[in-house]
Amino acid sequence: MKYLVAFLFLSFSLHATTIHVGKKYTVKSVKKGIALAKVGDTVIVHGGLYREGNISIKKKIVFLGKNLPILDGQKKHEVLSIYADSVVVDGFKIIKSAYATITDPCGIKVYNRNHVIIQNNVLDDNFFGIYLQNCQSCTIKNNYLRAYGKEEQQLGNGIHCWKSNDILIIANRIDGHRDGIYFEFVYDSLIWRNISVNNIRYGLHFMFSHSDTYITNVFKKNGAGVAVMYTKNVKMFNNYFEENWGDSAYGLLLKDISDSYIFNNRFARNTSGIYMEGTSRIKVEKNIFESNGWGMKIQASCMDNEIVNNNYLKNTFDISTNGSLVLNSFNSNYWDKYEGYDLDKNGIGDVPYHPLSLFAVLTEKTPSAMLLYRSFMITLLDKSEKVLPSITPDNFIDKTPLMKSLPL
Amino acid sequence: MIEIKNINKKFGKLEVLKSVNLSCKSGECIALIGPNGCGKTTLIKSILGMVLLDKGSIEFNGKSILGEYIYRENIGYMPQIGRYPDNMTIGQIIDMIKKIRNSNHDLDEDLLNAFELEKMFDKQMRTLSGGTTQKVSAVLAFLFNPEVLILDEPTAGLDPLASEILKEKIIKEKEKGKLIFITSHLLSELDDLVTEIIFMQDGEVHFHKKVADLKSETNETKISKAIASILKQRQPGTPNPKLEIVS
Amino acid sequence: MNRIIKIILLDILKSKIVLAYTFILAILSWSSFALEDNSAKGILTILNVILFTVPLVSILFATIYLYNSSEFIELLLSQPIKRRKIWISLFLGLSISMIIAFFVGAGIPLLVNSPDSVGIIMLLNGCLITVIFTALAFLSSILTRDKAKGIGIAIMTWLFFALLFDGLVLFLLFQFQDYPIENAMVGITAFSPIDLARIQILLHLDVSAMMGYTGAIFKDFFGTSTGLIVSFLLLSLWAIIPFFISLRKFNNKDL
Repeated sequence: MKYLVAFLFLSFSLHATTIHVGKKYTVKSVKKGIALAKVGDTVIVHGGLYREGNISIKKKIVFLGKNLPILDGQKKHEVLSIYADSVVVDGFKIIKSAYATITDPCGIKVYNRNHVIIQNNVLDDNFFGIYLQNCQSCTIKNNYLRAYGKEEQQLGNGIHCWKSNDILIIANRIDGHRDGIYFEFVYDSLIWRNISVNNIRYGLHFMFSHSDTYITNVFKKNGAGVAVMYTKNVKMFNNYFEENWGDSAYGLLLKDISDSYIFNNRFARNTSGIYMEGTSRIKVEKNIFESNGWGMKIQASCMDNEIVNNNYLKNTFDISTNGSLVLNSFNSNYWDKYEGYDLDKNGIGDVPYHPLSLFAVLTEKTPSAMLLYRSFMITLLDKSEKVLPSITPDNFIDKTPLMKSLPL
Repeated sequence: MIEIKNINKKFGKLEVLKSVNLSCKSGECIALIGPNGCGKTTLIKSILGMVLLDKGSIEFNGKSILGEYIYRENIGYMPQIGRYPDNMTIGQIIDMIKKIRNSNHDLDEDLLNAFELEKMFDKQMRTLSGGTTQKVSAVLAFLFNPEVLILDEPTAGLDPLASEILKEKIIKEKEKGKLIFITSHLLSELDDLVTEIIFMQDGEVHFHKKVADLKSETNETKISKAIASILKQRQPGTPNPKLEIVS
Repeated sequence: MNRIIKIILLDILKSKIVLAYTFILAILSWSSFALEDNSAKGILTILNVILFTVPLVSILFATIYLYNSSEFIELLLSQPIKRRKIWISLFLGLSISMIIAFFVGAGIPLLVNSPDSVGIIMLLNGCLITVIFTALAFLSSILTRDKAKGIGIAIMTWLFFALLFDGLVLFLLFQFQDYPIENAMVGITAFSPIDLARIQILLHLDVSAMMGYTGAIFKDFFGTSTGLIVSFLLLSLWAIIPFFISLRKFNNKDL
């Protein structure tokens, strides 16, 4: 009778019921709480530790945590699986998902659904963090994901999206996973204000994911930086790529990228700021390259790229390349190594600048020559090469180098 | 006091000292004379430990000086050409040596007063004339009341007045019973100073005699003449044997 | 000993050459830091000073000073002082005064404009290079009595380490570039104090690049704390061994 009244009340007033789960409430188990809920209901889980194996949500509910309840997978289960559209998961601490290489168990996984919202959760020590598989129009917001593995194969990705579109990934922090954010076949999505640090492999990694936009993210101290491959129409604005150090670490690795726009990012203290391979028709504009080993490495397989109005500051080498063919244009950048003059005071140097130093070419061929860098000998060689280019391609120039750095 | 036993020194092929044997006691004032390049300065420097011997030994008060340095507290040395750090003043130099010696002997400042060096205490060494520099050297040699004084060409460069002051000082010290070595080419100067003469030639001690004996042997009253007559007797044939050795 | 060091120190610090050296370093450093809005130019200027000017001035000044003070050394020798004490005092006096000159001229602007690990490592290396080339000056001046020859040896020593050695390394690199010579190269740098210092600074200054390809190998050696200690030890040896040889020669030298 009681239930009937409640049901009538719900259906007539169009208000959902709320089910409380917790020690102090009649419903003690999360699973039971979910089972009791009907489509459109809210399940509020109160603070505490819940070890209930895999929890599946198969109807549209709002699943709320209060005082950060802990859902523990005990390293045996996928913690939370979502099989319904428009589910909201908010305010949980999800820990210790199982580890398996074929099924990829996750902290939270969404199976083939849309309009799911996952927000304000803490995911600690999971194999994969949040996994969207074949989803549309989902939002992942304000989550904190942390993992502790040391080896690539022990770890899954932080936020992993596969074959999805119109995803919003906003203001998450991912720390210590394999790839911070991983996209494969994800289209028309927005990645905004995320922080991806200390991940073992890439801070951001995407392939075949066209027309996505990346704005104001921080990718810092990741094993190999950020890698983006086989994609067109990428937009990257206002991101920070910092301190990605190592043998093959790049602030941003572009491989087979085309028709993209890289604007107003900051590349600081990376082994290579941007590494480009097979990249064409992209515009690199108003970025800052600061204190990198190599500001940009442009392989000879790149063409028709425009590098305009960037600041190159304190890099060991501003530009390096492995060929002599120059198919890209460098115009109106500021190079702090430029030593020309500006007689007509229009802010543009009167002598073209050769951003490619002899020594950059030398080390490309004989990497161990790096040992001699900044020795007096090399400085002399470099200076004479700047005056009379003989080894470096003489059309590799910025004809309108700026005298003052751009206020970026 | 100083026993020199059979010492040898070669500079390259050139033998500068050839088995030199000498014995010197306190109270003696010895003139070390001989032609240029005969080994006088080398001998002095060996006593000071600046030149290290190839063979033989030098004993100071019965102890070998090899590797020692404290015995030099008892030696006052006045070099032929004293050069001092350019930027220091006379006062600083004297202070410096005082500090280095750090001795608690009474200081003998007779010469300092006699040469009136105190007036020039704040003059820098590089502005000094050769003579004034010699005065500084002399003052330093006598300053610590050493038992042995080694004076290399002490009067060269000094004006007659200063040279007279120095001579008087030497006589005074001799009378105190100190051992004094003087090298000089001005034999006439030595007359009233020295008690013994060592004549060196080509690295060998030609003779070592008391002045009185020397004079009586040759019937001369002046040292210079006595020596001249001895040289005439001894070496009629070989004008300069050193040349033969070199060639 | 302290008394003699103090005397020598005061004598050198008053000399116009050292004052000029300090002054020129200061002008160079301050102006190159002020010229640009980032500190890179200033750091590079000071790097070149450390790798080029400091060795040259240290070795030349020390050699000339030693020749000019030969009479002073004689004066000290006639005093009751141990020989080795005189030589060590001279060395310490010269090293300390050159370090002071370097510190005042280049060190202060460096620490003001770049108060980080780069600044500190550069300062340390600058001081070590000063001491090393002073020690080499002691060696070259004890080798010959002839002032002109001694200065010639000093200049050749400087030229070798500042320029020729790198040329040699470059030549070896290209001759043997098909072989895995990275480790050998790390070993070869031990034979030049300037290269040791340069690579240490490089690892802090161009850390991003040095972490790259081959950087890994240099980083593995020089970048670890063991490597850092080893290379500092090597640098210290570069100061100690030449000085020790010169000390032994001085002990047995006729003056």
